[in-house]
Order: sequence, then structure tokens, then C-alpha cells
Amino acid sequence: MLAILISIFVIAFLILFSGSHIRSKHYKFIGVIPLSLFAYFCYYLVAIHWEEVIFLPYEWIPSLGINLNFKVDGLSLLFALLITGIGSLVYFYASYYLKNHPYLNRFYGYLTLFMGAMLGLVLSDNLITIFMFWELTSISSFFLIGFNNEDESSRKSALTALAITGLGGFFMLGGFVLIHSITGSYSINELLTSSEVIQNNTLFPLILFFIFGGAFTKSAQFPFHFWLPGAMQAPTPVSAYLHSATMVKAGIYILARFSPVLSDGFWWNNTLMIVGGFTMLYAAFHSIFRTDMKGILAYSTISALGIIVFLLGIGNEYALYAALTFILVHALYKAALFLVTGIVDHAVHTRDISQISGLRKVMPWVFFASFIAALSSAGVPLTFGFISKDLIYEATLHIPKWAMWITGIAILTNIFLACSGFMAGIKPFIGKLPEKHQNIQKPRKSLWIPVVILSSLSLIFGLFPVLADKGILKLAFDTVSKTPTELYLKIWHGFGLVLLLSATTIILGFILFFVKKHNGKSLFFIARFDKIAPKTIVENFGEATRNFAFRYTRFFHNGYLRNYLLAIIIFLTLLVGYRLFTTTPIEVNTEDLSGFRIYELTIFVMIIVAIYFTIRTKSRLTAIASLGIIGYCICLIFVFYGAPDLAMTQFTIDTLTVVLFVLVLFKLPPFLGFKNKTIQLRDTIVSIAFGGLMMLIALQALVSPSTKETSMFFAENVYKLGKGKNVVNVILVDFRAFDTMVEGIVLAIAALGVFSLLKYNAGNEETE
Amino acid sequence: MKKPNKPNPANPKSDMIILKTATNYLIPLLLMFSVFVLLRGHYLPGGGFVGGLIASIAFILHSFAHTTKETLKLFKFSPKTLIPIGSSLSILSGLLPVFVGKPFLTGLWLDTSVAIIGSVGTALFFDLGVYLVVIGVTLTIIFTIKENV
Repeated sequence: MLAILISIFVIAFLILFSGSHIRSKHYKFIGVIPLSLFAYFCYYLVAIHWEEVIFLPYEWIPSLGINLNFKVDGLSLLFALLITGIGSLVYFYASYYLKNHPYLNRFYGYLTLFMGAMLGLVLSDNLITIFMFWELTSISSFFLIGFNNEDESSRKSALTALAITGLGGFFMLGGFVLIHSITGSYSINELLTSSEVIQNNTLFPLILFFIFGGAFTKSAQFPFHFWLPGAMQAPTPVSAYLHSATMVKAGIYILARFSPVLSDGFWWNNTLMIVGGFTMLYAAFHSIFRTDMKGILAYSTISALGIIVFLLGIGNEYALYAALTFILVHALYKAALFLVTGIVDHAVHTRDISQISGLRKVMPWVFFASFIAALSSAGVPLTFGFISKDLIYEATLHIPKWAMWITGIAILTNIFLACSGFMAGIKPFIGKLPEKHQNIQKPRKSLWIPVVILSSLSLIFGLFPVLADKGILKLAFDTVSKTPTELYLKIWHGFGLVLLLSATTIILGFILFFVKKHNGKSLFFIARFDKIAPKTIVENFGEATRNFAFRYTRFFHNGYLRNYLLAIIIFLTLLVGYRLFTTTPIEVNTEDLSGFRIYELTIFVMIIVAIYFTIRTKSRLTAIASLGIIGYCICLIFVFYGAPDLAMTQFTIDTLTVVLFVLVLFKLPPFLGFKNKTIQLRDTIVSIAFGGLMMLIALQALVSPSTKETSMFFAENVYKLGKGKNVVNVILVDFRAFDTMVEGIVLAIAALGVFSLLKYNAGNEETE
Repeated sequence: MKKPNKPNPANPKSDMIILKTATNYLIPLLLMFSVFVLLRGHYLPGGGFVGGLIASIAFILHSFAHTTKETLKLFKFSPKTLIPIGSSLSILSGLLPVFVGKPFLTGLWLDTSVAIIGSVGTALFFDLGVYLVVIGVTLTIIFTIKENV
């Protein structure tokens, strides 16, 4: 499994860096990658029917409890199959949709990266690796959403999505770390047994807050939903992939995965029900006021995600079964509708449903597929959507309290969703074909075949639900629920309340669809609420942050080195001084100090004289030279007290510093003698305070008892383990070699920084 | 060395005969000394960092006596390339133990010791990497500033 994931990432980067070496027409074969992965996971589908859970451990950093353990069970396999299955169709579709696009390599590179990250996310058993893959999905989706990078709104949407989902990622990491601090484990498998320990801990509400923060941002729940409609700037295949089956379902996946661990019957369930319930109604209501096909689909996707969150919150067996079924149902019909939108957009170059009609004559197959998808979204019998809708009503009716009210909300949501499904899936195809669209090109086979496949699956699973049920959903249910169930999917539940509700939904949805006028006017109605929309609030907040950052930077980063130094030294003095004077009693032990030796006195006098010259001189060169002398004197002190390594380094560094100073000497502004008395006084006070503090600390260090464990360890093991006699050097190259390596990299970055800054400036001067 | 003559930007080839002559003798000495410091580092004061600094001072001295252009001619490639070469050497010497099943950066040593150098191990190559990085970094910074300011 690890090898497969790594090879996906390697392939992703190979595609990304292949440039234009792969020609556009060869990209149609790229669908082989997700397709073979799909076949690979189908093999597991067989395997887990025998074993239930397949665990594939790989050690990574066992000392920290971070391992690349992969777990294949019903839930992860359901997602893995969706990711690779819909992925195959999207890959294939996009090779025609984006034909001859100059940056196809980037597109497929990012898409493959994204697919790998999603697979890693759903297959990982370790919380830290889940977080890692989670962030990777955020980053790769940033590139995908901002794929049309020359379009400003596209870039903005990508940034919004990254900011919101990235923020959620931080929340989730916090939650994971808290869980680890309570249970001492990062493995989800082990957490399953410690569910009570977590729930009885006082930190439990905080954990929930963090996990919800992660899941709600990713899965676009209110009030974080607004990044999703913005993300529609992406090319349509990306929208189909990210918003039907993958990215936005990642939050759902986390919630489903943690459901057996964190579901406590009160906080978990009620929060999910309220947030999910509100989101589903709010977004469904919004969706019917849109005229852009993608806008409709975006809001109905948010609503669908709300439904799943809501169902996970209800948490009874009907609800969990319904949630899992609906994940599959929604992925199938929503991907189909998105791909249809892409075809329509390609053909008539608009996605505004008030302008499109009668396309059924031009593209009968697409109409058929789109029709089925819309019916599935409305839950018409014989489609897969019907079965999930029945389960949803069963679930809401089984809630002990307020069952009728909650069912009412669910019905209202579903009516709006049915209407919006018809608007996006049927409206463009019925009616009269306008004259300007008479001569449009018929869509190519390669574009409509994936849509037909998706819709046929909606139909097949609708007719034979046992396929989906026994195939995967039952197994997925067992991983999400604590108790086994006798439930199974069936087409016909008999006459009853549920059927009545279902029929009501469909009929009212149809009526709403025919009564409503599909034009842009309704948009104005909804736009009136923009002022209090979370999107506006967050955008204003972002703007304010930027302004603040700008002022803050102007204030501190003012370009005067002396101001920086002053700020750093004053801050350090206050901080260290506060700590020193409040925590430790000051005592000076003069008895243990050794007496003054004559050469120490000489050096002391030399330093004093050099300092005097540095301060009083009128020439910069003298000041630099005097500073150099001070440096060399300090080297000598190091030599006297047995630190030859330090002395050597200090000596060479001092030399180089003087050389550097001399080099830039001519470019510096005229030497400023600060005649201003106040400035002189200020500088004197600051330097004396800092120097005095340092002296106090040094004296204090002499009397404070210190543990010699570390130095003893190094002294003892330097020859035994490091085979050297110079402790300093062995620490550098052996005991703490990793630090040295990173320091080398820091140095390299500094060198590159100097190089690029100066060269860049020089380049500018040349062009000017 | 401490206070090199100021380079005269107007006339870089001005007479600095004493410095030039002295440099020609000093540079080999300094470079050999830097290698010496590098090699003895494991047992006595010294090491890659200091060694690298001494070597860079040798080249900087050369650049003051002659010109930076002529110093760069001493290198087949630009000193910048020493940075990645040194870093890779350090990382590779750390990776070597991984192939024999030990953790990253474990010290491995040859059983027999080599004349003059002493026992040879991965730490020596690690230090050599540091030496090269330091030369690359110092010369890049100093030469860039010298050329562009």
C-alpha cells in the first residue's frame, strides 16, 4: 500500500515536470492510472468480505507513535472506490474537456497529487499521517481551484479555499494532539477501545470543538460554506471530482471515522444535528435562487453535505445507514450533473439556465443521463436516490424527541433539493431550442460516456440495491456503528408514512420547479442578505488583518538597523531581567573566583581602550578596526579558559566581519556622530542595562547549581561512541549532526538570499 | 590579513606588489592549514567549520590581492556549486548507515586506520561536507557583496 501511494506521488511529480513533452492527445491514456487503482481496490473489496479489516503496518517514527499504518475496512474502501472510480471517469473526461490546453501537465500533476492525498487520507490509520494527507489535499486543491491562474477571481477563490480549509487543518491537528495526550495513541484502531476514556475527560468538549473545526471547514458546513461556491472557478472536471466524491467528503469521512469513538449521545450528536440541519436547509433554499448551473450544484452540494452531517448526528442505525448510502448516491448523481454542466458549457458557452433550453435534440444521450441523475437527486422511485431518501425519513422518524419537526425540516430540504436538481439536470434540455444554438456541435462520445456510466450506476443500484448493499455499504456500516444491524437496502418498503412523505417531496419539488421562474431576478432577492453573510464577514476580517499587518510591519520594519537593534536589545533586557529578578535571589559569590592574572589585566585594558576608540572616533574605519580588536581580545580570553575551538572560530569570523565591513565601506552613508544628547543618553542607558544584566547572569550562573548530566554523557561517550577525542567536534559531527546539517542548510539559504537580493537589484539597474 | 589594503575600484590593478607576492606564498599554506585543521578536528581543536572559514579567508585574500574575477578563475565552477555538493556529501554520509540497517546519521568506522588521517568514518565525510558548504556560503556572500556594492 505504501509503495502504491508513493508511486502515485512520484507519478504526479513526473507528470508535473514533464512540461510539454507529453503531447495533448496522449493524455487520454492517463486514465489508466486511476483505473488500475480502482481495479486494485476492487480486489480488496473481495478480500475484506473474508477478513473484514486488513491492516498494513509500516513503521515510520515509532518513537513518536507516528507510523504509516494503513487500514482497509468498509468505510475506507467505500471512499477509496469512489475516489478512484469517479477519478477514472474524470481523468478520461478531462482529457477531452481540456484538450489542447497548454498546461495539461500541471492539471494532471495536481489532480494525481490530489488523488494520492485523498487515498492516503482515507486509508491511514494514524492521526498524524491523516493530518499530513489532509493538508496535502488542501494544498493540491488550491492549485486545482486556481488552475486558471490568469483569472483574478479564480486566484482569490483558491486562496479563500486554502485559508478556510487550512485553518480547519490546524484545528484538527489540535484535536489530534489532545486525543494523543489523553490516550497516548495516534492509532484510530486503538482509539476505538478508549472511547469512554476520551468522553469522560474534561478536555472532551475542546476535542470536539477542534475536530468539528476541521471537519466543518473541509466539508463546507455553515458558516464556513462559502469557499465551496467560490471554488466553482475551477475547471468543471475539477469541480466534479472535488465536490462530488472527494475533497468535501473528507470532513464527512473524519466525522464518520470518529463517530464510534466520540459519539456521546449529547454534545457530538446535537452539534452535528444543529449544524448539519441548518446547513442543509440554508443551502438548499439558496440553491433554487441561482441561475448558474454550477452555482446551483455548489449550493445543493453544500446542502447534501449538511444532510450527511445531520444524519451522522442523529446517529441511530437508520441514520448511519442512510448517511453511508447517501454518500454513494450523492457522489454518483452529483458527479454526473457536474460533468453534464461541463458538456453544456462546452457546447453553448454559457451555464445560465435562463438562456439554455431544448438541448435534448442535440445531445440525447446527455439528456438521458442528466435526467436520471436529476431523478436520483429528487429521489424518484427506481433510482438509487429513492432508497436513500426513504432511509433518511426513517432515520428522522426514529428520533425520540421532536421527530415530526425534524422530519419536516428534512422534507423541506429535500423539496428544495429536488427542485434544484431539476433546474440543473432537466431545465437546459427541455423546451424549445433557441435559434442561436441551432448549429452547435454535438458533444463527443468521450465526453458523454462517463456521464452515462455514472447515471446507469444510479439506475442499476436503484433497481438492485442489494449490489451496493452487500458489496460495500454493509461493511462500511459495521465500521461506523458500534452495534450490528439487521437493516438492508430494499426498493419497496410497503405503503406507509415514509412512502407518503417521499411522494409529497417529489410532487412538491416538481410543482416548485414548474411554478418558479428561472431567471436572474431571484438572484437579487438573495443578494440582499449578502451584508450579513459569513462570506462578507470573513472577507472584511481578512482585509482588516492585512491592514493591520501592513501598519505593524511599517512600524517595526522601518529600515533603520539601529532601531532594530534597539528594539531587540530593550526587549531582551526587559524579558530576561524580569525573569532574573522575579525568580532567583541575586547572590554573588566572590570567594570562588580566581585571582587576576597579569595577561588578563592586559586584555581587559586593551578592550577598554578599543571600546573608547570605537565610541569616540570620527572615522568609520577606525571604529571597525577597534571593533575587530575587541573581537580578537575576546578570542584570547577563550584561549585562556580552555575553549580553543571557540577561539579559532571567533577569530576567523571576526576577520571575515572586518573584511565585510571594509567591502561595504564606500557605500555606507557618511559616518554619523550622534551629537544629540538625548540619543546619546538613551543609548548609554540601554547598553549599560544590557551589559549589566549579562554580567549578573554570568555571576549568577556560577552560584546556581547545575546538572552536569549532559556534559558527563558527552565526555564519557565521546571516544566510546564517537571515536574522537575533541568533544566539541564530535558533538558537531556525530551526537548532534542533525543540527549541524540543518545549520548548513540555513547558511545556504542565507547565501542564496544575499546572492539573489543583490543580483536582483543589479538586474533592475541594468534594465532601468 | 586583518586589515587588507582597500581595493581601489578605479584602478584595481594598482601596485600591490608586496601583498600579491605574499599572497602567492600564503594561499597554499592557508589552504593546507585549513585541510589540516579539518582533518585533526576529531581529536584536537579544529573541524570542518573552522577549516572552511580558513580556506575561504585564503580565497578572499587572493581576491583582494588580485581581483575577484581572477579568484573565480581558480575555480572550475562557481563557488556556489560547493554548497549543494557539500550538503549532499553530508546527507549521503548520514544516509550511508541507513543502508546497513542503522538509524540515519549513525557513525560508521573503518576497522583499519589510515596513515596521517587516523581512523576514517562517516563523520569525516560529514565534516568534509560542512567544510565545503562553509567555503561555498562564505565566498558566495563575500564575492556577491564585493561585486555588487
